Amino acid sequence: MNTRAGALWRKVDPAVATAFGCIVLLLFLGSLYSSSFLSPEYLLQQLKVASFLGVIATGMMLVILLGQIDLSVPWVVAVGGMMSTAATGWGPTGEAFAIPFGILCGVALGFANGFGVAYLRIPSMIITLAVNAVAQGLMVVHTGGFSPQDSSSAAMRFIATGHTLLGVPNALLVWAVVGGATVFLLSRTTFGRAIYGIGNRERAAYLSGIRTQRVVLLTFAIAGGLSAFGGVLLAGYASKAAQAMGDAYLLPSIAAVVLGGASILGGRGSYIGTIAGVILITLLQSILSVVQIEEAGRQVIYGAVIIAMLLLYGREKVAR
Amino acid sequence: MKDWRYRLSEHRGTLLAFVFFILMFVIYASNHPAGFTANVVQTAANKGVLLALVAVAQTFVVLTAGIDLSVGMVFVLTNCLASAIVVGSPAMVGLGIVGVLLTGLICGAINGAIVIYGRLQPIVTTIATGAVYFGIALAMRPVPGGDVDSDLSDALTGRLFGVLPVSLIALFVVVLVIWVPFRRSAIGRATYAVGSSEVAAYMSGVPVQAAKFFAYVLSGLIASMAGLFLTFITASGEASAANGGSYTLYSIAAVVLGGVSLFGGSGSAIGAIFGALMFRTIGDLLFVFDLDPLWQPLFQGVVLLAAVCLGSVRLFQIRNRLDLFE
Repeated sequence: MNTRAGALWRKVDPAVATAFGCIVLLLFLGSLYSSSFLSPEYLLQQLKVASFLGVIATGMMLVILLGQIDLSVPWVVAVGGMMSTAATGWGPTGEAFAIPFGILCGVALGFANGFGVAYLRIPSMIITLAVNAVAQGLMVVHTGGFSPQDSSSAAMRFIATGHTLLGVPNALLVWAVVGGATVFLLSRTTFGRAIYGIGNRERAAYLSGIRTQRVVLLTFAIAGGLSAFGGVLLAGYASKAAQAMGDAYLLPSIAAVVLGGASILGGRGSYIGTIAGVILITLLQSILSVVQIEEAGRQVIYGAVIIAMLLLYGREKVAR
Repeated sequence: MKDWRYRLSEHRGTLLAFVFFILMFVIYASNHPAGFTANVVQTAANKGVLLALVAVAQTFVVLTAGIDLSVGMVFVLTNCLASAIVVGSPAMVGLGIVGVLLTGLICGAINGAIVIYGRLQPIVTTIATGAVYFGIALAMRPVPGGDVDSDLSDALTGRLFGVLPVSLIALFVVVLVIWVPFRRSAIGRATYAVGSSEVAAYMSGVPVQAAKFFAYVLSGLIASMAGLFLTFITASGEASAANGGSYTLYSIAAVVLGGVSLFGGSGSAIGAIFGALMFRTIGDLLFVFDLDPLWQPLFQGVVLLAAVCLGSVRLFQIRNRLDLFE
């Protein structure tokens, strides 16, 4: 019994444990300020808000596991939101296909990212930046030239703001499905193991028979689709899409993945860590705004807390 | 390999950036409705120098195989600070400038200290410190405003002898006083060595930590010069997150267009300067062709995409498929 508990304890990643510890600490500090921080309504509301970041961070995590980064998140999120609302304006057929259409646009942009990284061997930081710029240009032309509808469909509002069973927000269920699929993908499929392998060393993965370029391409496409899906959810939540809607999601999504113990160099990280990171970031932002610190102070504390937590458990080994 | 051929291949990125910039600027200037006048050059130079300075700041960090995502926020922070303290009597203005540059230096030192002694990855470190710097900027200037010494700003954004933009001369001086000595100093060479291979540099007795730290500090210093120059142009300070974010991203684009390798250890600030000037010219090309400004962001994006894809031409030279993966 003792050894089993020990084995279980060894399986727990210290980074993930620390991240969950920080969540508890944040809730404790919040409850000192007001007991409503521990009420089920507040917690469910926070989980609902976290779902949007959670879906986007899932895509970011897959890309970071490869050892790459996706800087195209802001405008892919916006594309997802804006194209799905635009489709809503095309009549009943468009409305029915609004959600898949928005996601598909994101997948297309993700394909562009993945093609650049995998086949053209352009550093991901650059190609995703360029694709981000192109997506921005497309959306500016799209809104200015065609003045599309920007209010979301009933289905989008339903999955983002509705409740189904026992008052559990639908957005949370969506995140649970996305998360479950990702865990399955990462731990039970050869594709998922290939992602870890490439993140550790693409050369070795290639030599062991993995078609690394295809895996990279598909991973970026999935990440693009997830970012766009996040945009669809956000558009449903706010019941409309706007140009800068994705700007606030790039840095938090990277921070969430890294706070969850994933290595930014790739090959190491677990989905449970990303969940912890997403909840941590959302709670931090929420508590800072509830205790009515000004935006300036919030930014400073937000940055300082991320640095402090990473110094706690995110340091690299001395590589010599 | 012959000596000149070696030198040519070493500076290929810089030279290519220079040639492309000249090409684009000629297209730009020859199609400009006002023609190739001193005014056109002056406006283009002021906008270009601003991005060029931020790009040079980015170059220092990129050379160490790092990345600085806070460079735009240092730029915004020093802009806000300069709009508050670079006014008044000449002594006050002088002190103010020193204060602004010192602030940039400290920001760079903080980044460097966390990356080197805290052993965190540059990309996440600078995301977080960027948030901190932006918060401070916002505390200083909740709403846009402020002022700057008008004599100095007129002098630095104006023209010398009625033709030569002073901003270009200032940029030239910065390169001459900071970049050239850095490139030729032992610590500058150490920075390149660290960027090529940190382990090899350490084994050869290169002062790895000092070299990296110095690069971060210089990066902060130059970013603050850019912030100062922005204040001279706009005569006000604004804590704009959009501004900081886009300058960070543009600086990465400029650095890459200028032939500086994101993997570290190769390229030069001079290349980055031409990369920045080229990037600015691309953005302005549409205006001179009198197309709908609606298409400008898309055009800029497509040109950027095409430019970064051009680098893939080297793939045709690869004989062994394994070399793809390094």
